[in-house]
Amino acid sequence: MNRILATAGTEFRIALRNRWVAIAVALMALFSLVLSAAGSAPSGGLGVDRLSVTVASLTSLSVYLVPLLALLMSFDAIAGEVERGTLPLLLTYPVARWEVLLGKLIAHLAVLSLAVVVGYGLAAGAALLVDPASASGLPALWRLTWSSIALGATFIGVGYALSALARRPSGAAGLAVGVWLGLVVLYDLGLLAAVVADSGGWFTTDVFPAALLANPADAFRLYNLSASQATAAAAGVGGAANAIPLWQSLASVLLWPLAALGLATAAFGKVTP
Amino acid sequence: MNSTLTISALTKRFEAVAALTDVTFSVAAGERVALLGHNGAGKSTMMKIMLGLIAATSGRVEVCGAAPGSAEARRQVAYLPENAAFHPALTGLEQIRQYLSLRGENPAQAMGLLEQVGLGHAARRRIGTYSKGMRQRVGLAQTLIGTPRLLVLDEPTSGLDPVSRRDFYELLDGLAARGASILLSSHALTEVEARTDRILILSKGRMVAEGSLAALRRQAALPVALSVTPAPGQAAALAQALPGAVAQGDLLTLSVAQGDKLAALARIAGLGGQVADLDVLPPSLEDIYSHFSRRDGQ
Repeated sequence: MNRILATAGTEFRIALRNRWVAIAVALMALFSLVLSAAGSAPSGGLGVDRLSVTVASLTSLSVYLVPLLALLMSFDAIAGEVERGTLPLLLTYPVARWEVLLGKLIAHLAVLSLAVVVGYGLAAGAALLVDPASASGLPALWRLTWSSIALGATFIGVGYALSALARRPSGAAGLAVGVWLGLVVLYDLGLLAAVVADSGGWFTTDVFPAALLANPADAFRLYNLSASQATAAAAGVGGAANAIPLWQSLASVLLWPLAALGLATAAFGKVTP
Repeated sequence: MNSTLTISALTKRFEAVAALTDVTFSVAAGERVALLGHNGAGKSTMMKIMLGLIAATSGRVEVCGAAPGSAEARRQVAYLPENAAFHPALTGLEQIRQYLSLRGENPAQAMGLLEQVGLGHAARRRIGTYSKGMRQRVGLAQTLIGTPRLLVLDEPTSGLDPVSRRDFYELLDGLAARGASILLSSHALTEVEARTDRILILSKGRMVAEGSLAALRRQAALPVALSVTPAPGQAAALAQALPGAVAQGDLLTLSVAQGDKLAALARIAGLGGQVADLDVLPPSLEDIYSHFSRRDGQ
């Protein structure tokens, strides 16, 4: 346990020195504030409190930004050690590889959580300030916060796995960008195209819900939108998948971090210094 | 069971390339052993196998009574990699504290360790600002953590100036006196400065010589050079008196086998006034090393 915490402390210090803490927090804060300012106009007509609207906007933002931040922080984790030449020495220490990964995960997740809490906190503060009825949106905010952190853990784990597979920072960075584009952007476009082409057939009823649950980013969006219900219309994918029960998207949100970390451990195990 | 490290019939192949072929040796407790070889002779590969970082193709390796790379072995072995590298954003103190924690030791010892290797003044500066020699000292400091039974040091003196190198060997003497075994590699015999108990010479993955420096010197039986300075005006006469001598500027150089050394000295001493000065040059460490490392495959 001591070894894991010591690794986490060192990694957090490195993240602090490399400005990752500042960059992540500033990015989340900036985007959240912009969203809450932009989303202020139409809320009156919907009959929903301001905070719920803000949460819906933040969900759409986080689906892109949280995986991106997570991958940016994690792609260097193993490839960087290989390139600097620090890995052989580390692996001669009486510390297991999963302990090294867990230490790094704690540090990186702490940075991400800080950014998420600051960003969402600012947006929620702004909403509460304008509309006192916003308190009813607090459960949705809480759900969004912890599920964002779970989403971050998933993509940090994926980033470690890519880092171990690529063994060079440049290659790992390329893979990370590819995975982000694939899972967060292209995946949805592909699914929507398939659904349109299928026009209510077998694909839409059987494959589409499973495909949404299989993607951690889609499961995150699905969970938050169907749990808050207020703004199911906010996203086409969310609206099309109303049929998926809440517990299924919740399970996907919770299981993906474990799966990603398992993947990362397996990939790291194959690295020969 | 008295030996800290036992290697027998170790072979390592990287696909078609044989990196190590049938290497056998052992290191006893408290022994300081130097592993010499040219670049690519297999020194680093052998060290990585001992540390469990890579697997051997065949042969048996036992480290402190355990398999290389096992938790048991890793607890008792300290390693200094060639070109020791650390995260540039950390200070020397933070890095050593981290290593202490990983070994389950108290991080408060970090400053003491850095002072031991002469880095106390730079402990709070980032490693990114260190020179190569300073990084090497950070690497050295982390090998002193706890009480390792075996220290595996890959070219530990590269990047150190002569004074630091002497300090380094003094540190090793202390460790060996405490019972730690030390295996260090180098690509030059002059670098180990005869401060080790035993020397192993590796050439193209094969062990070509093993023994103390004196034993290797005997075994190589390289000729001794006698350098004679003639008295003024006596150069021609002296050259006639010493057949086989080669003129080098004002000097006459005579190469004689070890066994004939005393006889040759007596003959030169007998020439009396014709000789102004005489130097005896035993084969240098470099000569002995070249003799062994080139014999194979040429």
